[in-house]
Amino acid sequence: MIYFDNAATTLHKPPCVIEAVTNAMTSMGNSGRAAHGGALEASRTVYCAREALARLFGCRRADHVVFTANATEALNIALFGLFSAGDRIISTDCEHNSVLRPLYALEKQGIHTDFVPADGKGCVDYDDFARLLRPETRAVVAAHASNLTGNVTDLARIGAFAHRHGLLLIVDASQTAGSLPIDMERMNIDVLCFTGHKSLMGPQGTGGLCIGGDLDIRPLKTGGTGVQSYLPQQPRELPAHLEAGTLNAHGIAGLLAAVEFIGQTGLETIHAHEAALARRFYEGVSAMDGYTVYGDFSGGERAPIVTLNLRDVPSSELGDALFDEYGIATRAGAHCAPRMHRALGTVEQGAVRFSFGYFNTFDEVDAALAALKELSVE
Amino acid sequence: MREKTPRVVITFHTTAEAMATEKLCQSKALDGRLISAPRALSADCGIAWSAPLALRQALQIALGESGIEYEGIYELLL
Repeated sequence: MIYFDNAATTLHKPPCVIEAVTNAMTSMGNSGRAAHGGALEASRTVYCAREALARLFGCRRADHVVFTANATEALNIALFGLFSAGDRIISTDCEHNSVLRPLYALEKQGIHTDFVPADGKGCVDYDDFARLLRPETRAVVAAHASNLTGNVTDLARIGAFAHRHGLLLIVDASQTAGSLPIDMERMNIDVLCFTGHKSLMGPQGTGGLCIGGDLDIRPLKTGGTGVQSYLPQQPRELPAHLEAGTLNAHGIAGLLAAVEFIGQTGLETIHAHEAALARRFYEGVSAMDGYTVYGDFSGGERAPIVTLNLRDVPSSELGDALFDEYGIATRAGAHCAPRMHRALGTVEQGAVRFSFGYFNTFDEVDAALAALKELSVE
Repeated sequence: MREKTPRVVITFHTTAEAMATEKLCQSKALDGRLISAPRALSADCGIAWSAPLALRQALQIALGESGIEYEGIYELLL
């Protein structure tokens, strides 16, 4: 199988990740629940992972790295924990349902979101953020990159805008963490939400949020923490404040190994390879008749995603043909980004997404191009 | 049971604080180890740092310089 569905989950993980999870599952107890060797090994690993992620993202404090099951949980914690009735939020048409559905649910609590529209290439006009600003606006919520087009948001620009107007900046880094540079301090990011199983190349079931300042986020869940057992409420100190229940320390051990792999390999090296794969694929398919490619390829930074359609062929049919006839795994259909599908005009047809990872090769890209060439013949 | 000796014991609000303290002490070659928090002291974090009594001042300085927060520092026969 040629695997081009890395924006959903990276299938090929660094071997050290698998080894770390295996070792963890044969040696670790429950982190934070005792002082014997097994529990302490789990606690130490979890803390090392906090430190490694804080370094990777420019988060000021390791104990402000809160672990969750994925980016969706992290975004829910931030969005349901920070706002009150009457507040307004600015977001964009580029968002995934992991942001949109919590925002729509907040409407019922009297928290309204104003959306910056995307154009036919999936791009936003940055002047629209100022246009949507109201006295009640408290935050901007934005994806670092669209999961549908791969377009990258200029976080530093939005961060400067948010900082200038006293707004929080909450970022969904699901498509970029581990692949594109993120610096919370420089970009004025207050809450960074990430998942471990995509470009970070860690296990599913890992993710988290990094909190830049001393924000008071109401916990989404309450329960056991291993600390302050007789306190009726969730402890107020981070990370325990937002981490109820046993952590996925086995997965976090794998995530730590993945972050170390990224550090040793070099994030720039990883991104350069993925970008080169995507660029080769884009240029190849753009030269073929019949294909429409979505997104902005005018030269700026991008996530390694190329999404397309063949004439009016349903995307599900093209995706199925790619896998059934050529063994090429992509994602077809709707991509949990309804506002972006509307902007691109792909609500009915859906779209076929090719997303590249560090372990993909140029030969695989060429094989996919050859398949698309054959499939384009009417 | 073991013979008890006087120790300095630091308690924490969170496990993360305890882990940070262990790393700090290892980096500064300050003797000690993580233990289950003695019930006589605090019910806060389940884990505490136990060290020779003579290291109390060095520990307080190191923790102060690092910015690691802790719940309390005690002397105890352990």
